[in-house]
Amino acid sequence: MGVEGIGARVLRKEDQRFITGKGRYTDDFNRPGQLFAVFVRSPHAHALIKSVDISEAKGCEGVAAIYTGEDVAEDGLGGLPCGFAPGGGPQNAPPRPALLKDKVRFVGDMIAVVIAESVALARDAAGKVNVEYDVLPSNTDTGKAMDADTPQLHEEAPNNVVMHWEIGEADPVEAAFAKADHVTSLDIINNRKVPNAMEPRAANAEYDAAADSFTLYTTSQNPHITRLLLAAYVLGISEGKLRVISPDVGGGFGSKIPFYPEEAVVTWACRKVERPVKWTSDRTEAFLSDTHGRDHVTKAELAMDKDGKFLAMRVDTKASLGAYLSTFGMLSSTYLYGTVLSGPYDIPAIHCKVSGVFTNTCPIDAERGAGRPEATYLIERLVETAARETGIGVVEIRKRNFIREFPYQTAVVLQYDIGDYDTTLELALEKADYAGFEARKKKSAANGKLRGVGFSTYIEACGLAPSNIAGAIGAGIGLYESAEIRFNPTGSVSVLTGAQTQGQGHETAFAQVVASKLGIEVDKVDIIHGDTGTVQWGHGTYGSRSLAVGGSAISAACDKVIEKAKKVAAHMMEADAADISFENGEFSVSGTDKTKTIGEVILTAMVPHDYPLTDMEPGLDQRSFYDPANFTYPAGTHICEVEVDPDTGVTEVVRFTAVDDFGNVVNPMIVEGQVHGGVTHGVGQALFEKALYDEDGQMVNASYMDYIIPHADNVPSFDVGYTNTPCTHNPLGVKGCGEAGAIAAPPAVINAITDAIGVRDLDMPATPQKVWDTIQANGTAKAAQ
Amino acid sequence: MYETKYHRASSADEAVKLADSADDGQFIAGGQTLIPTMKQRLASPSDLVDIRNIDAMKGVNVEGNKVTIGATTTHAEVADAPQLQAVCQGISDLAGHIGDPAVRHMGTIGGSVANNDPAADYPAALLALGAEITTNNRTIAADDFFVGMFETALEDGELITSVSFTVPDKSAYSKFPNPASRYAMAGVFVAKGGDGVRVAVTGAGSDGVFRHSGMEEALDANWSADAVAEADVDEAMMLSDIHGNAAYRANLVKVMAKRAVAAAG
Repeated sequence: MGVEGIGARVLRKEDQRFITGKGRYTDDFNRPGQLFAVFVRSPHAHALIKSVDISEAKGCEGVAAIYTGEDVAEDGLGGLPCGFAPGGGPQNAPPRPALLKDKVRFVGDMIAVVIAESVALARDAAGKVNVEYDVLPSNTDTGKAMDADTPQLHEEAPNNVVMHWEIGEADPVEAAFAKADHVTSLDIINNRKVPNAMEPRAANAEYDAAADSFTLYTTSQNPHITRLLLAAYVLGISEGKLRVISPDVGGGFGSKIPFYPEEAVVTWACRKVERPVKWTSDRTEAFLSDTHGRDHVTKAELAMDKDGKFLAMRVDTKASLGAYLSTFGMLSSTYLYGTVLSGPYDIPAIHCKVSGVFTNTCPIDAERGAGRPEATYLIERLVETAARETGIGVVEIRKRNFIREFPYQTAVVLQYDIGDYDTTLELALEKADYAGFEARKKKSAANGKLRGVGFSTYIEACGLAPSNIAGAIGAGIGLYESAEIRFNPTGSVSVLTGAQTQGQGHETAFAQVVASKLGIEVDKVDIIHGDTGTVQWGHGTYGSRSLAVGGSAISAACDKVIEKAKKVAAHMMEADAADISFENGEFSVSGTDKTKTIGEVILTAMVPHDYPLTDMEPGLDQRSFYDPANFTYPAGTHICEVEVDPDTGVTEVVRFTAVDDFGNVVNPMIVEGQVHGGVTHGVGQALFEKALYDEDGQMVNASYMDYIIPHADNVPSFDVGYTNTPCTHNPLGVKGCGEAGAIAAPPAVINAITDAIGVRDLDMPATPQKVWDTIQANGTAKAAQ
Repeated sequence: MYETKYHRASSADEAVKLADSADDGQFIAGGQTLIPTMKQRLASPSDLVDIRNIDAMKGVNVEGNKVTIGATTTHAEVADAPQLQAVCQGISDLAGHIGDPAVRHMGTIGGSVANNDPAADYPAALLALGAEITTNNRTIAADDFFVGMFETALEDGELITSVSFTVPDKSAYSKFPNPASRYAMAGVFVAKGGDGVRVAVTGAGSDGVFRHSGMEEALDANWSADAVAEADVDEAMMLSDIHGNAAYRANLVKVMAKRAVAAAG
């Protein structure tokens, strides 16, 4: 299976439909007789609702129904559940009704829904819903959210504090800092990002009165979790009475993990109006209400001895969670953050404190990397700054501190199974021609440009997650994955997976796993996902888990298939099953020249005319539930070179080298696409992106006229390479690659800019104005040195 | 978008009549500003009069040293016209860098000029080239046409049919694009012709496109990038927003002016 199996650059099966416009997204589905929902959203960031008058709107043409927060409360519709609450301290989790009746807490909060015959008519009527507000002062500054005079969002959360969480031991850290020869300290803001999925969210719900059951088409990265939360916690019905379908999903980046109030409202309402109800977000709603990511204010310190050996790290973070707790909002700023603070370094003592706070902003949830970019950014900024301060050098300081013995127990819970950080660093240095940097810098200077180089030697914890760990740290769900392999008599197979693609190429990569395991051509393997009505169970796609966990489930199911197929083959060849071996799609009897192909075995099992029916059931279908033993730990070295134009402050990323250890690679072409996209994502955070709220809580850049996302001309052609230490605990030896670029790139870019312009501190995003200001403040003479 | 009535005119006179007879008629050419505004329900014309099928309002014509560009000529057509590239590379380059390919194949010079967005590119070119804007009933000098931010000398119902200018000796445009929208945060068009040097600035001014007399005088005396560097750009006249404050924009105006002069040769 060399041309199609694991390791082959198989063209993506799904691209034919995507690039010819044949993809089917939630908004492409229309149900007979459907109505359209438009939500009445708060224009204020913080206000009491004095009254909601729907009388004029109700009389508008085409209006079928209008529901308000009062209706939701009267019907006893459950609030939105929070799927994760970290242990170790109190969590002040206030309720979050699907529609508000008393108070609004961010611009975009929902007060009412208008359901009408068309979107335009619903919008007309929505404009006539009269809401009287008593506007309150807002709290939009994460750093000041806990201050005594800051406006408070929820009664349940005094001083806007959701939780104080910590990891690691404080005493050894304090002791290490007391005896340190050098301490590097940075104040860091990790900028709030808008996820910007190309496909806006949408939901279309239908109620079947005869079956007393619902079907919801929705844009979800994890339809089974949406079903669980919506059925069991919001509607109060059995999960079997709700089918959730997520067809093609056009990007998520984490923002389609959470369960949203719009999904709750259209599903609840479709039974009341007795017709399907469809809602599709417009781009402004997407900016305002798709969960945002990051938004940390941190003080980070690194203690070293005189040789530059790291002794301890101390981190104190204020993390905004937005106006409400999103489904997994607290996970990103706690366990996905504090546990990776050791990076690839041997740091004997680490202590991290996080205060989760409410602000009058869009709720926070996972965004590509989710916690690990925030951690990696501060580690790599600290390490690079320490290297410059001490004069040890940015490469040398890493070499002095890399972990080299595995398994390695970090000071922050995780135990790394394997890695080889020196090899990735050396390969990256070579590919990036680091030795030639000074010459390139001189050349740039001759053209009036300031050239700088920055490193990021990152590690991430992926492949979420061992369920026992997930449970121990506060998750309300397990995090295993499932797979089912179903055979057709003529040898093709359907593979049902609980992973849910948003464009990552599962239909190809998973088929390659099956091709390698069973010797069945990729074209004969159909991957089925995204429908709770057909797929047995699943936890979805995020945390670079789909191949490491979902792919491993497929692999395990294939093993079960092979085990049974050997018995069938043994019957066919009149041999003992113990003597049957299987390779490249062929069963053979050891010591003989007898063979049977997998196709012949499938046919025999599916059409059991000559089959040991008294000993075995017909068929070969198998199902597996795979729960990982540990996280996976992809790691790598990213090297960024920039040229800064001192006249305008424009930063151009002129060279970017990414050498990653993703373990075994199933499809290098797909992986490279993920790296390119991830790095571009990271460049976006470093140079351009920030959700800007003014002091009244208005998001002032809620459109592409003002919110900057990276364009193709903002990134160079990437130089990508691999090293490989296969994961020790999953059957494929894979680690995951989807988030690496977004995790690794931001510090590499900022380290490069600070190198170029000769400054120590520079917050993201490094916009032209900010870089120009920094150069002005520090003097161009210094910058030119 | 609210409901609207669509008309297609085949002559300028017909277009003017159609718009005039409507409750709230608007001309539409490429619709690159009007359509998004309507989609956001910030504009709701009762009638739209499409002027893209009026043959007399299309195309780039160079006769002797006079350039005439029909109002509905798209940015792509302006950028790609070889006869224009031969005589005024500055405006060809400008047109070739407006928005993105989709915008350039829909948006028109007349639409851009009539809208007079303070960050649009064409107003800088027309002002620096000393162009004339011809409408269905008169010809207006660019100096009189661009009144202020989104404001022009156009009367209600008046339709731009073409713009024209005399070929300059030298010209170039240098733009610092807003990293989000790619509109100009500071765009400077310099032109040297029989009447001397004209320098027009778009994107940066707090009241729309303007001429910079200090730079014009400096360049009249000494046509060089260094001469521009000495000129004073008044921060008080600059826009300030989330992408750049007045001090930064004042700096960009100088830098873009220097680069434009250098590019013009």
